[in-house]
Amino acid sequence: MPSEWIALIPFFPLVGFLINGCWYLWGQNPVGKKAVDAKIAGAIASTFIFASFVVSLALFIQLGQLDESSRYFTQVLASWMSIGEFNINIGFRVDSLSTLFTLVITGVGTLIHIYSIGYMEHDEAPAKFFSYLNLFCFAMLVLVLGDSIPMTFFGWEGVGLCSYLLIGFWYTDMDKAIAGKKAFVANRVGDLGFLLGMFLIYTTYGTLNYSDLSQVVTEIPVTAMVVTSICLLLFVGCTGKSAQIPLYVWLPDAMAGPTPVSALIHAATMVTSGIYLVGRLNALFSMSPVAMSVIAWVGALTAFFAATIAIAQSDIKKVLAYSTVSQLGYMFLACGVGAFSTGIFHVITHAFFKALLFLGAGSVIHGMHHEQDMMKMGGLKSKMPQTFLVFVVGWLAICGIPPFSGFFSKDEILWKAFSSDHGSIGLYLMGAITAVMTAFYMSRMIYLTFFGEQRSDIKAHESPSVMVYPLFVLAALSFAGGWIGVPHMNWLEHWLLPVIPEEAPTSVSHSMEWVLMGLSVAGAAAGIFAARRVYQDLSLASELKQKFLKLHQILENKWYVDEVYESLFVQPIVRLSRWIWKVVDVQMIDGVVVGLGKLSMKTGQSLKVIQTGSIHVYAIMMLIGLLVTLGYVAYGLV
Amino acid sequence: MDWFNNHLLTFIVFFPLVWGVIGLLIPTTSGSGVRIYKNYVLFGTLLTFLASLVMLDRFETYGEEFQFVESMSWIPRFGIQYLLGLDGVSLWLIILTTFLMPIVILGSFESVEKRQKEFYFLLLLLQTGMLGAFVALDLFLFYVFWELMLIPMYLLVGIWGGKQRIYAAMKFFIYTMVGSLLMLVAIFYLAHQHHLLFGNYSTAILDLYRVHIEGGSWLAPQSLLFLAFALAFAIKVPLFPLHTWLPDAHVQAPTAGSVILAGVLLKLGGYGMIRFAFPLFPEAVAQYQMVFIGLGAIAIVYGAWVAMIQPDMKKLVAYSSVSHMGYVIIGLFSLNAIGVTGSVYQMLNHGISTGGLFLLVGMIYERRHTREISDFGGITKVMPLFAVVFLIVTLSSVALPGTNGFVGEFLILLGTWKASPLFAIIAGTGVIFGAVYMLWMFQRVMFGEITHPQNKELKDLSLREKAVMLPLVIAIFAMGVFPNFFFKKMEPSVERFLSRSISRPIERYDESAYSNLNTKKDVNHGIAQSH
Repeated sequence: MPSEWIALIPFFPLVGFLINGCWYLWGQNPVGKKAVDAKIAGAIASTFIFASFVVSLALFIQLGQLDESSRYFTQVLASWMSIGEFNINIGFRVDSLSTLFTLVITGVGTLIHIYSIGYMEHDEAPAKFFSYLNLFCFAMLVLVLGDSIPMTFFGWEGVGLCSYLLIGFWYTDMDKAIAGKKAFVANRVGDLGFLLGMFLIYTTYGTLNYSDLSQVVTEIPVTAMVVTSICLLLFVGCTGKSAQIPLYVWLPDAMAGPTPVSALIHAATMVTSGIYLVGRLNALFSMSPVAMSVIAWVGALTAFFAATIAIAQSDIKKVLAYSTVSQLGYMFLACGVGAFSTGIFHVITHAFFKALLFLGAGSVIHGMHHEQDMMKMGGLKSKMPQTFLVFVVGWLAICGIPPFSGFFSKDEILWKAFSSDHGSIGLYLMGAITAVMTAFYMSRMIYLTFFGEQRSDIKAHESPSVMVYPLFVLAALSFAGGWIGVPHMNWLEHWLLPVIPEEAPTSVSHSMEWVLMGLSVAGAAAGIFAARRVYQDLSLASELKQKFLKLHQILENKWYVDEVYESLFVQPIVRLSRWIWKVVDVQMIDGVVVGLGKLSMKTGQSLKVIQTGSIHVYAIMMLIGLLVTLGYVAYGLV
Repeated sequence: MDWFNNHLLTFIVFFPLVWGVIGLLIPTTSGSGVRIYKNYVLFGTLLTFLASLVMLDRFETYGEEFQFVESMSWIPRFGIQYLLGLDGVSLWLIILTTFLMPIVILGSFESVEKRQKEFYFLLLLLQTGMLGAFVALDLFLFYVFWELMLIPMYLLVGIWGGKQRIYAAMKFFIYTMVGSLLMLVAIFYLAHQHHLLFGNYSTAILDLYRVHIEGGSWLAPQSLLFLAFALAFAIKVPLFPLHTWLPDAHVQAPTAGSVILAGVLLKLGGYGMIRFAFPLFPEAVAQYQMVFIGLGAIAIVYGAWVAMIQPDMKKLVAYSSVSHMGYVIIGLFSLNAIGVTGSVYQMLNHGISTGGLFLLVGMIYERRHTREISDFGGITKVMPLFAVVFLIVTLSSVALPGTNGFVGEFLILLGTWKASPLFAIIAGTGVIFGAVYMLWMFQRVMFGEITHPQNKELKDLSLREKAVMLPLVIAIFAMGVFPNFFFKKMEPSVERFLSRSISRPIERYDESAYSNLNTKKDVNHGIAQSH
């Protein structure tokens, strides 16, 4: 029964997590014990995630044999929370959308696990690393397989935790630990939006289950205001997890984690959760034109904005990080113009070529003995020929050179931004300019890293084959992966139909499509040649840098967004908290409490004066009292 | 055995006290004597836990409203009885208490050095007080147990506490006392009203549920009575702005005191609301609903913000309690099944996660004799297991899905959203700030390089400490993944609570409507007899 296999997909990595986790705790934690070989821990973790891949593939094949209308399997393990009519199951759903994600997560995940065996060979706690990696896969798989929004949220927060743990994996470096915390907190801001959106869905539609929801969404009439609120709240969650403006700031810092983590979590899988969510609830989002255009514009702006920053970074991973933010912006742009399946398409191709680029960069960093500054690289083409080869594939893919995979998905997005009813020239232009910039900064990276002469005396070496072979697989995928979504014979769009209905046909003529396609290839080529011109000879680069020094500084410092956030949110809140504590809490509230106590002490103190203990005084008091009483009685009688 | 079967609650309540009194006979002049004594106490609390599991096993989810009822006339002239009974809410609070007690005792084995015999005896006395308060169905009896808890707690803080223990103990005692006195007056008023309406005095809660008091405005008699009760319970919870005794008491209390205080004593505030304040005064509850939700929401944010900048770990955890207990209040006042169930669950969660945090802070305090966050850093390196346990408890505290904390917070926020989206949003920001203060502390204590040389030699958790933390860690995940097991047993009780607490003025004048609501005959019968 295929539906009973579903739980195995997240179950395998969970087991792997437990095995490696226990092994780390009781067998090889570094206190007083010698370092342990990464091979065994890595082999365990890789085996389990590969087992998930096999199950995912089997389910995918099974799904393919089903009719469009019934192309899904569900499995309910138990009820999670149930109060009266409110019921959330521990339940899974594999359909045409989630199966694609499971394949990417487990497939790319397996490659990255294997790669990590080489990358983490000198680490002192590899079992800990691999257990976290497996835990991440578990959470990510729950995220995409969950049959209700709370189950997705379970995975959503779970991947956030793993991201936190893995960014701060080398915890003795405080900067890395801080980066981890920043990621968690920024994500929590988004998660609040997600939570509230979920609540509003529940109070509006009375269910949080995806399949029920897809039905009632069309049946229950709801005001545009409510739908828009729901969509925007959920999108706040997406801006956190998928690093869009204004919550993207954590992702570049997240590069503090080991590079395989950057590849798996912060490029290929976790950060695409937002697109998954929007795609999963596309019926809801489609009902709110306002929310759709917000998503499209946030996506387009993020794509452009991040690309400007990427141009001026010198850390190889930072470039890739901003590039990821930018590419995620493309995906939201696609979703925002109603081309959900195109957004998913870019998720897949991006997972291939960005994982490749990150792992390639990791290979460079590994070969350069943990040097990440591109200014110290150069000329690595001859020292790391295999890495260079695969890197070129990734580079051409992200630049959008046909027939590499990135070309198809990016071009489709630009076309949809132009032609769709929700699209506009403005959105198209943002996307197109970003594409040129992408080609430019990626080529800059290639030239700085692999061409010319090395600008330091670090002895670079090629990475071991356990790292290089996964790269070849990813390179093949980055090369050919685009064919699943070739325009006009789009397998992907067709496959996704049960979840994502067909878009309205466009009124723009198809000859225009060819024109735009030509334009974007030309744009990419222009970007590449411009970068070649500038960075082949670094004196020109520095000349330009001097000429635009101010601009360069702004870009290098990421538009000072971190500083602005720091002074706009972090510092005021910390100061306010301190004031609340010292003044409101201690002086005012507790002051009243302690003051009341003191008041009663004072009262007692002043009253004790009359308790002199002297018989004479008491006698006089009694006399006075007696007289007063008598007088009152007598007076009263009269 | 027969006696045990018929007096299960009496046994559970008084067994700790009796065990403690007998234990006083064990000579503790020698080291081995002390060791025997401590294990004796531990064994006793384990027996109580076992007895409470028997109770859990025999509890019938869809049975009578109150089960294992025991009633005995006490002061017949005023209708005061020794009346015990258990429903689905008190069931779990009892189990929380008996579950935490052995953990606390074992956790104190090495941290308490002076007057050990008195220390453990007081803990057992405290347990009797707490258990009694959870099962007393007579308001007067409840009040007796309620006050009984104060004395041992006062002594625990005052004798085994930190530098400012006397101040903290006095503050705790007087603050709580002031609140309870108004409640006592309100109890007398209620008993008197019962006399006026039915011709006899009674303080049995089910009798008093039938006393209708004029309500409907902010200062109607019912509202004033409600406030008298609510004040006592709000101080205990503690609800902003009545919380300032808590940080002092927590910081000064010995670890065991803090754990019991946070884990169980605060819960009596929430429990009191559920058992007494709400069902007795439904119209007043409706009147003040938004006021309390507002205060609860403020408490969540306020507690979190103040916790954020605390330099002392224990104080940070104390303020986090203010924040977490704010959730309990808003959930209760949301007045729907989701929110109330979440609240009860949150009480259990808070007992486990905050109890766990206090234990962990205590463990590190025993090693370093400081709780200043700035005295640590990089502890993961020397205490990896400690770090993992600390992380798990932290995650439970920040309500990560999969841990118990999430289930409570999620339901409470959802329930509150149904009652008031605005306050749900305000309270929801606690989700963010909760992560900020906990992770910031975690980062400063656990991550980075070891900067203080004294920290280089710290030993990881001992076997005893592992045994202390293991049950809590298991509970965190078990309650996060299988909350239904808990919900099922409390569902009928929550339903009854809601049907009584949601004000329906017309029905309340109608006697027959009342008896329809009240499905349980047996206890009424028992109460009638005792008249």
